[in-house]
Amino acid sequence: MKKVKADPKGVLTGAHYFDGDYALAEGALAAGCRFFAGYPITPSTETAERFSERIPYVGGVFIQMEDELGSIAALIGASWGGKKVMTVTSGPGFSLMMENIGLACMMETPLVIANVQRGGPSTGLPTLTGQQDMMQVKWGSHGDYEIIALSPDSPQECFDLTIEAFNLSEIYRVPAFVMTDECVGHMHEKVVIPPAEEIELVERKWYKGPKDKYLPYKPDNDMIPFMVKAGDGYRFHTTGLTHDERGYPVINAECQDVCVRHLVDKIKMNADKIIRIEENQTDTAEIVVISYGITSRVTTRAVHKAKKAGIKIGTIRLITIWPFPEKRIKELAKTIKAFIVPEINYGQVVLEVERCAKGQAPVIHVPHCGGWVHDPVDIFNAIKEASK
Amino acid sequence: MKDFEMKEEDRDEKNDPDDARHPDDVHPDDESHPMEELLRMDRIPHIWCPGCGIGTVVTSFVEALRKSEIDLDKTAVVSGIGCSGRVAGYIKLDSFHTTHGRAVPFATGLKLANPELKVVVFSGDGDIAGIGGNHLIHAARRNMDLMIICVNNFNYAMTGGQVAATTPTGANASTAPYGNFEYPFSLPYLAEASGATYVARWTALHLRRVTKSIQEAFGKRGFSFIEVITPCVTLYARRNRLGDGLNLLKYYYEKSEIQHGADTRTLDISYQGKLTVGKFVDKEKPTFLDCMNEHLARVLGDKYRFYGVSHD
Ligand SMILES: Cc1ncc(C[n+]2csc(CCOP(=O)(O)OP(=O)(O)O)c2C)c(N)n1
Ligand code: SF4
Ligand SMILES: [Mg+2]
Repeated sequence: MKKVKADPKGVLTGAHYFDGDYALAEGALAAGCRFFAGYPITPSTETAERFSERIPYVGGVFIQMEDELGSIAALIGASWGGKKVMTVTSGPGFSLMMENIGLACMMETPLVIANVQRGGPSTGLPTLTGQQDMMQVKWGSHGDYEIIALSPDSPQECFDLTIEAFNLSEIYRVPAFVMTDECVGHMHEKVVIPPAEEIELVERKWYKGPKDKYLPYKPDNDMIPFMVKAGDGYRFHTTGLTHDERGYPVINAECQDVCVRHLVDKIKMNADKIIRIEENQTDTAEIVVISYGITSRVTTRAVHKAKKAGIKIGTIRLITIWPFPEKRIKELAKTIKAFIVPEINYGQVVLEVERCAKGQAPVIHVPHCGGWVHDPVDIFNAIKEASK
Repeated sequence: MKDFEMKEEDRDEKNDPDDARHPDDVHPDDESHPMEELLRMDRIPHIWCPGCGIGTVVTSFVEALRKSEIDLDKTAVVSGIGCSGRVAGYIKLDSFHTTHGRAVPFATGLKLANPELKVVVFSGDGDIAGIGGNHLIHAARRNMDLMIICVNNFNYAMTGGQVAATTPTGANASTAPYGNFEYPFSLPYLAEASGATYVARWTALHLRRVTKSIQEAFGKRGFSFIEVITPCVTLYARRNRLGDGLNLLKYYYEKSEIQHGADTRTLDISYQGKLTVGKFVDKEKPTFLDCMNEHLARVLGDKYRFYGVSHD
């Protein structure tokens, strides 16, 4: 993995007062993203607007595509053209992208997609918040594959985690997602952008060997194949069909086994390196609240109240959602009384917590259908009930 | 050339006596195959049915690649899904086999990310004008610097011969078992109306003319659209009892009438009717990147960072 410093052209060093959507665009520019294709959709549009305003001064392309099918297809093409690429969308647009997210996984294409979630299903609540695409991001395209998804809880983290998403996407040659929501997307807060030399980026794993020896899908020791870009003279082929190391289609169960296993294992086996969670007082806790994004900020109030009430409480904030931090949840399930999982949906990440807890600790969901954040009292009541 | 009459009008322009070669004359498993350096020989035999016209269009394409003075290392082929969409898998250039309907936006991203590339989209009528129709018109509208080679076999072949946006009214298809009662697209008309700067239509048997059109399009910048009427022997021809591949190739060829510069509003295709072919549009217009650079430089002045390859 080759580390490089950020290109100062894209880095707007200083303290700013931004909303999360702008911070996503600034994070992308700082990470070296020089191609953005998008289609307007509330509440994510401001990211595209910001990028379109800034990119002429940085050097790169913004294109507003005819739809989200086009945006994601253009992203994959542009990534193979050698650029770092990003798009942003929300519910309906995210649904339209699903087929080609699978293509990006199959072609092992680095790219970043931010989803500023709103309430669904369908057109749902265009202007109001939700955390309802957390399973879709993992399972929404057909077939078996793995992706990486991060969840920022502030505009600052929208900036930081976008950079991280680019780095992870380049390291593992996989689509990486910044799964934020309308609240964080439209929340204005202080965002500190460090000097370029303090921003560490990962360079794509370019192949430099002899042309006739290049195998686009031969895993290297770290499981990740080397990449080349179109125009470098390698005359390579890549396809969405099940393929061998040459990138040539092979339509049988044996090749499928190798191909799909690789797509899944390269993330699963590296999960420990990818996963980031923030733990608080879990070593002494009887009750652990697991939350992410805006909901972890709302949870803080409930946790204060619980502490005052003498409840032994700890928290886990999921920064990485996928791959899921299953090891840690499994461990904790053996020592605690219950997990509480508030999220702005009717039961998504909670299913994963249940899977990992394996019945060793009860898992209590605090659902919310979207449109607003939880009332902290609802979370507190669930904590109190579980602590009895 | 056995069993085949060259048309008078085609003879005139000849340097090369075989405008309409039998596709078997250039069979891929000939060891001294002249197309070898541009085909992935390790993937031959190909999947196409014997007598399918797609191979003929590939022959014309490879011929154009050889004749055009372009840097082949900087030439990429993008296909969608379909029998025609398999072309990317056989061409030995940087080649991308993408998803159904999305070859044009994929190519758009590829081209914009690396503007020194010549990017060719090679795919079927269903892929480009059916499911991908929205991308087609918008890429043409933007005058994206892409060449589109659209194999029109009047049906969705790969999935078994279903009706398409190009199936002539009255023709049978597996999902139009009593005949198609919809109006088909006229692709050159659609392409021109959307903004394409080069538009041509040929049949697959016009090998030399297809090659020439591709060469011309390689020599241009902007959105080029080349439709090639191509027989699908196994499905469209059989279901409509139109004979074998060679017969149909010849039939299309004989039914065609070259009218360069014809008004694209007059190019409708009726079932087994006359086929007007030729080069209909050939003009110059700034491309998407030209417009972007020119406009932003004018509005933002020195602060604008020029993007891409300079053509001054
Ligand atoms: C999203 C999606 N829908 C449907 C299909 C199934 N499908 C594969 S090829 C094809 C039709 C291809 O038709 P065309 O582009 O005309 O190519 P041809 O096979 O005729 O050369 C269809 C519908 C698919 N692969 N993806
Ligand atoms: S089904 Fe038709 S288009 Fe497809 S390979 Fe066979 S003849 Fe060609
Ligand atoms: Mg077709």
